[in-house]
Amino acid sequence: MAGTPRRSDAPRADAQAERDAATSLGAPLLEIEAASVRFADAAYPALGAVDLRVAVGEIVCVLGPSGSGKSTLLRAVAGLQALDSGRVRLEGRDQAGVPAHRRGVGLMFQDHQLFPQRDVGGNIAFGPRMHGATREEQHTRVAELLRLVGLPGAAGRVVSTLSGGEQQRVALARALAPSPRLLMLDEPLGQLDRSLRERLVIELRELFGTLGTTVLAVTHDQGEAFALADRVVVMREGRIAQSGTPLEVWQRPADAFVARFIGFDNLVAAKVADGVADTPWGKLPVPPGSPHGEREVLVRPTGVRLVEPDRGLACTVAARTFRGTHVSLALDPATGPRLEAACTLREAPAPGAEVGVAFDPDDVVVLG
Amino acid sequence: MTVPVVFFGIFFAYPVAAIVGRGLRQDGAWQFGALGEVLGDPDIGQVLWFTLWQALASTGLILVVAMPAAYVFARLEFPGKSLLRAVVTVPFVLPTVVVGTAFLALLGRGGLLDDLWGLRLDTTVWAILLAHVFFNYAVVVRTVGGLWAQLDPRQEEAARMLGASRFRAWRTVTLPALGPAVAAAALMVFLFTFTSFGVVQILGGPGFATLEVEIYRQTAQLLDLPTAAVLTLVQFAAVGAILAVHAWTVRRRESALSLVDAAYAVRRVRGTGQRILLGFVLATVAVLILLPLGVLVERALDAPGGYGLGYFRALMSADGGAFLVPPIDAVANSLQYAAVATLIALLVGGLAAAALTRRAGPFTRGFDALLMLPLGVSAVTVGFGFLIALDRPPLDLRASWILVPLAQALVGVPFVVRTMLPVLRAVDSRLREAAAVLGASPWRAWREVDLPLVRRALLVAAGFAFAVSLGEFGATVFIARPDNPTLPVAVARLLGRAGDLNYGQAMALSTILMIVCVVSLLLLERVRPLSRGAGTAGALD
Repeated sequence: MAGTPRRSDAPRADAQAERDAATSLGAPLLEIEAASVRFADAAYPALGAVDLRVAVGEIVCVLGPSGSGKSTLLRAVAGLQALDSGRVRLEGRDQAGVPAHRRGVGLMFQDHQLFPQRDVGGNIAFGPRMHGATREEQHTRVAELLRLVGLPGAAGRVVSTLSGGEQQRVALARALAPSPRLLMLDEPLGQLDRSLRERLVIELRELFGTLGTTVLAVTHDQGEAFALADRVVVMREGRIAQSGTPLEVWQRPADAFVARFIGFDNLVAAKVADGVADTPWGKLPVPPGSPHGEREVLVRPTGVRLVEPDRGLACTVAARTFRGTHVSLALDPATGPRLEAACTLREAPAPGAEVGVAFDPDDVVVLG
Repeated sequence: MTVPVVFFGIFFAYPVAAIVGRGLRQDGAWQFGALGEVLGDPDIGQVLWFTLWQALASTGLILVVAMPAAYVFARLEFPGKSLLRAVVTVPFVLPTVVVGTAFLALLGRGGLLDDLWGLRLDTTVWAILLAHVFFNYAVVVRTVGGLWAQLDPRQEEAARMLGASRFRAWRTVTLPALGPAVAAAALMVFLFTFTSFGVVQILGGPGFATLEVEIYRQTAQLLDLPTAAVLTLVQFAAVGAILAVHAWTVRRRESALSLVDAAYAVRRVRGTGQRILLGFVLATVAVLILLPLGVLVERALDAPGGYGLGYFRALMSADGGAFLVPPIDAVANSLQYAAVATLIALLVGGLAAAALTRRAGPFTRGFDALLMLPLGVSAVTVGFGFLIALDRPPLDLRASWILVPLAQALVGVPFVVRTMLPVLRAVDSRLREAAAVLGASPWRAWREVDLPLVRRALLVAAGFAFAVSLGEFGATVFIARPDNPTLPVAVARLLGRAGDLNYGQAMALSTILMIVCVVSLLLLERVRPLSRGAGTAGALD
């Protein structure tokens, strides 16, 4: 799922063309410039001079741990959070002083925030109604959106009877109903169970592709971000740590924080020179063109290969965990910190076994 | 926030300050000599002592009588439960004057017990205590029972599994969890009985006077303002202390309790013990609540020429001589005053609650406590304060009809705030944000999101404010004009006169007042089940 950021359906191409046109005009939909927000008695700013651009039709996913400022970013764009300094522009227009209800952006809240006193139809019709749609138009729009999110005929249902997944769909339909120029999603799939999440993330991507919607989403789940986004923006303590396609971020994390956050734990300090990194695990081969000097080095688990016990780095198998498609091994090497390795079920050694480890240069990344 | 602060400043703080100043300032200088003089007076000492001990005795008695009912309502399921719940709540919205009259009809001269066994309890402390129990039963049942219903019974079960007996489990697990609610209810009851006016005025006779009654006597009958001012200050200090303790217990109550949906813990009645408890509660309700009200109605219908509407008809004419107008006019007066008072109370209380929802901090907490003050501060003082403070420019309202609703609204505001606050606090601000992002302006968002959610609470608050305004006596008795009496004032005036006709008319008028209050309560109960936590229990949290 991760690492394949390609949209397969046909309308996507139109959206792509549209986006290219917009980009060529040099007018991104959303421009955030040096946006800063500081809350009282916080150790670091919620947003520290953040710059971000989102092109028309692009899906950008902001990824970060809780407290990294990603929700504040959305709220600032929505007009729910005033900036201390910096600027938010939509279609080139500065949004300073424009209240939330006039910005024409949609926001899907973390726990949906459906209006409890209205039924499904009433929730979805809310936005069009605020924008002066007639009863007839509202009705048509509700039916249309319910079909789109896969809940046809649910307009009369009471919100409290909806399952988590249904609530999520209704919240999405409600956010889409006024046709916002930018749709923002705050942890869109946060509270759903895993299998539902994996299914919905694909549905969402297909849907946004069909509609050509410009999306800015935030999540703490890297799998979700990689599956959903054209571009991933990793945030840390109110600043952007890295921005790039899912593949770029996956292959070349900008620093140890990003690497750890997207799930890599094999990180050591090393001295890199002449295609070799000198690490506590011994000398590791690095890909050509890697930077030299005192660096941090990442070894992806797939690059930790098991060999005969008497060759390579001697390790003891501390634990093994079945991950469905592969087995994850925790190895205690003779020198250096614990290593994570990935291998097939057939070749997985038992805990306590002595193994040797060799490193594959393609999976060794010199950071920075 | 400005509107409520100004309202309380002008119509509460200013009159109270005026009356205190009038009493203690002479020739432009403060005279505190009166303070020691009054407090040293053995008669006043007697009043203070009586006020204190009758409040303590009432509170103790109410807890003993009402705790089993709190349990029964919280944990047992039986036919007619919702009806019984409504019956129990009735006394709370009844005016003190009606309660006094009802007990007079039961225990007084020519009352039911007098007829049957020649037993008279009026002018004894028992009449006062029983009337207090009648009046405050619902406070304990609702406040304690409301929490009890939500306590997770598995906590007690866990204690049982660890080897505690049934009683021990209750004592070590449930009672401590209920403790703060019991304390809060007891304090509210203590506050109400400490400042009791109408009941004591009607049932106490010359022998018994609470501070409030004494303040009334000193101001209205003896015109001894310095003494009244000192007593007002004493009551002020006492009420302040009670409210401070109350605020403290409420804060302590915020400790995390394991709460469940009330419906989850309810069981059908089974076993002898539970049957006895239920029987006890039913008997208490029958004797203490239904009997006095029944007797009241019976006396109202017991006209000289046999049972009939004779006394009610007499209310239609001004011939009785007690008033310039037919007493029945008081019904229209009362309804109009109460309607206006309700609007004012909703406006001021709603704004105050909204302000309290948005802000936090010591100032807000102080304001919160301030809003509760009119509940306890001598209504008599407020009423008299209105007369002397609002009688000259720039605020010459003495001749204005608005004075009565203003005073009544003052008493209604705390109920509105207590009812609205929990509901307003429960509205998630992100719902408003969701509406804003969907294109709703702030005002539109309030109308579309907040209003539908709080509408029920608003209705409940309106009902309480209406009932409270309708029954307000202590302040109204000063400021209602003779040609425009309210129902409670008219009842009290009729009772103050000799003769069977006046007595019968008082009973009849009380019955009308009771019916009006009960009808507004029934309307309340109809909207109530869907608005959890609002109402009496919420009002007293």
